Amino acid sequence: MNLKKNIAVSDSGFIFNPDTGESFTANPIGLEILGLLKEGLDFEAVRKKILEKYKTDKDTVEKDYHDFINMLNQFSLIEHEG
Amino acid sequence: MKDKKTINIAVTGLNAIDSPGPGIAVSRGLREAEAFDVRIIGLSYESLEPGLYMHDIIDKSYQIPYPSSGTGTLFERIKYIHGIEQLDMIIPNFDSELIPFMKLSPELEKLGIKTFLPTHKQYEEREKFNLPEFGEKYDLKVPDSEAIHDISGLQKLVSEYGFPLVVKGKFYDAGIAYNLEQATSHFNRISAKWGLPIIVQQFIHGTEFNITGLGDGKGNTISIVPMRKQYITDKGKAWGGISISDKNMIDLTNKFISSTKWRGGFELELMKDKDGEFYILEINPRMPAWIYLSVGVGQNIPEALVKLALGMEINAFTDYSVGKMFIRYSWDMIVDLEEFQQISTFGEL
Repeated sequence: MNLKKNIAVSDSGFIFNPDTGESFTANPIGLEILGLLKEGLDFEAVRKKILEKYKTDKDTVEKDYHDFINMLNQFSLIEHEG
Repeated sequence: MKDKKTINIAVTGLNAIDSPGPGIAVSRGLREAEAFDVRIIGLSYESLEPGLYMHDIIDKSYQIPYPSSGTGTLFERIKYIHGIEQLDMIIPNFDSELIPFMKLSPELEKLGIKTFLPTHKQYEEREKFNLPEFGEKYDLKVPDSEAIHDISGLQKLVSEYGFPLVVKGKFYDAGIAYNLEQATSHFNRISAKWGLPIIVQQFIHGTEFNITGLGDGKGNTISIVPMRKQYITDKGKAWGGISISDKNMIDLTNKFISSTKWRGGFELELMKDKDGEFYILEINPRMPAWIYLSVGVGQNIPEALVKLALGMEINAFTDYSVGKMFIRYSWDMIVDLEEFQQISTFGEL
């Protein structure tokens, strides 16, 4: 599971899917997560990085991160290998 | 620098209204052609078609008779216009006038007027009421549909397709029906306006996409530009859209062009269902009203169409800008009564 390679993400958090023409807006933390995914980090590694960087409890991160990834999936921004 | 040749091109579809004809968009593309200069002759049916008064886009206009008045009357009028304007080419932009112009094309050719239209076979095969056979013949996915000539046929199709279903006119207009009353109402309204048959089509749930393109008539693709509508009017017309790059859509369109040997411009209306399958809902045998987006993304389809018609050298486009948008707008022109009087009385402006 990876972020689709052709998804364009601007510095302001504007996301464009060139396959479908759909666009979305991410908040600063969403943008940070997308940036890490674009760098090639896998979902687990991104989750760990966010937990390390921000002073927050694990459960909140787990839940919000899970919701965010579900949303990316729902909007067809993720490709499933194989 | 070598002067470019000026080509005299007659264009119909000047009704740049809320459900626009493609004429103005086609003419804008022609004005931006790199290979030639143009003099645009507008051909109109009504005195209030906005394109008549857009003198920076349309150089001179003439009224022509409706297709229903017969090809003989139309040909006489074209001969008259040709006598004044020395036309090199005519680009008809309405579905309903394609057959008369196809019939006239050998006669027009003798006068030195080129066209670049689909063949009769291509035109008929993609008609809405022939779409299921078309899909089967060329192995392209289309929704189930059937043409009916009276309202009693509705009941049978309702039990076959269930609700919602789509009720469509032969050339124009469509409505989605969620119950038998709505289906009956669409049938009556559309048949009263556009005649019979009425096409009843299975409703495919999904996302709608549109593709415009150009085939050279030998099975080769000259251009393909896919678009997603972003803003749709109550008549279902795109008021805004964005170019996209879905490979499956491009593959599907290449298959359409190569298998049918499509000749001329076209528009495919597609629905992508939840499993990612594309269905062809309609094939329009001419350039769409949003054709100027093709110019905006780097594939000037109107110019390429003229090159094909006139036998000029042409290379297939290989690239276009993705994420380029068009946004339509309305604009009030102020027109002197003399102009309206001129076109209304003399049929020329």
